[in-house]
Amino acid sequence: MTNFEESFGVLSFAAPAALNLKVMQFLYDDEELQFRFLTDLTAVHYPHQVDAELAVVYHLYNFREKVRLRFKVFVPVAAPQVFTATKLFESANWMERESYDFFGVEFVGHPNLKRILNVDEMTYFPMRKEFPLEDQSRIDKDDEMFGR
Amino acid sequence: MARPVSHNTKVKMVEIPEGYSSEGFFATSFDKVIGLARKNSIWPLPFATSCCGIEFMATAASHYDLARFGSERMAFTPRQCDLLMVMGTIAKKMGPVLRQVYLQMAEPRWVIAVGACASSGGVFDTYSVLQGIDQIIPVDVYVPGCPPRPEAILDGFMRIQDLVGQESMRRRHSQRYQDLMNEYGIQ
Repeated sequence: MTNFEESFGVLSFAAPAALNLKVMQFLYDDEELQFRFLTDLTAVHYPHQVDAELAVVYHLYNFREKVRLRFKVFVPVAAPQVFTATKLFESANWMERESYDFFGVEFVGHPNLKRILNVDEMTYFPMRKEFPLEDQSRIDKDDEMFGR
Repeated sequence: MARPVSHNTKVKMVEIPEGYSSEGFFATSFDKVIGLARKNSIWPLPFATSCCGIEFMATAASHYDLARFGSERMAFTPRQCDLLMVMGTIAKKMGPVLRQVYLQMAEPRWVIAVGACASSGGVFDTYSVLQGIDQIIPVDVYVPGCPPRPEAILDGFMRIQDLVGQESMRRRHSQRYQDLMNEYGIQ
């Protein structure tokens, strides 16, 4: 475990990607910790962090003590495999599909990992920071009539 | 004493088309008669997805009253409609649905794109929004505005009426029309 910090009143740390399930299982089972609710799961793209471009962020919650916890795992964008949390939290199903849809994180072991919000034909991951704001290569814009 | 009910004496009738008439007969062309009938009883199919749809509701309500143009009969089945009114942002995921609705309409059919989003994607210059419905179906009239006022929608509607009234009976069989449809991958 590395990078411990507290931002917005929530303790946050990073874990190795291969250990994400072990960490979550420990936080779930431990009698004192009892982080048994997955509030949120999302991804972030840091294009300048070489070999750790994609972060998967887990927000956990302890209902009894009203304590929140946030932890991240980092994977390279070239091999974005992370173990799925669906075996531990059913709610991870939807959020992992969304993270796959927008960031291309591959959740190993997910029961139904396909696009959830975007069109199935989409060939890219739109929330990755690899697109210029004014993309001149786009072919779906019609500048001829509307003069953008 | 004045009657309590006053009747509207300013009823405007549609003008008789050009033709030859004498005692007991009136002769004109099919184009004109059918155009006249069609343009004054267009059945619109409102495909409203956002704020332009709200403006359209005002257009159809009593103050602006789309019924004055013979279009009080909204239908929500494409098979009975003549005019597809697309009002609002069309996401790329909605594209195939809109196209299916258009394909289900019987010829002759017209399409009006109301507002910036339906015409060009508007402010939603993004990966998930269709940049104008003319990418998937042919459009006859574009109404600018974000959202357009009911007057603008009525203006667009009257331009559709002009198109409908002046359309030749053979247009839908012409090679040019076939080519236009083929451009959109329809038959």
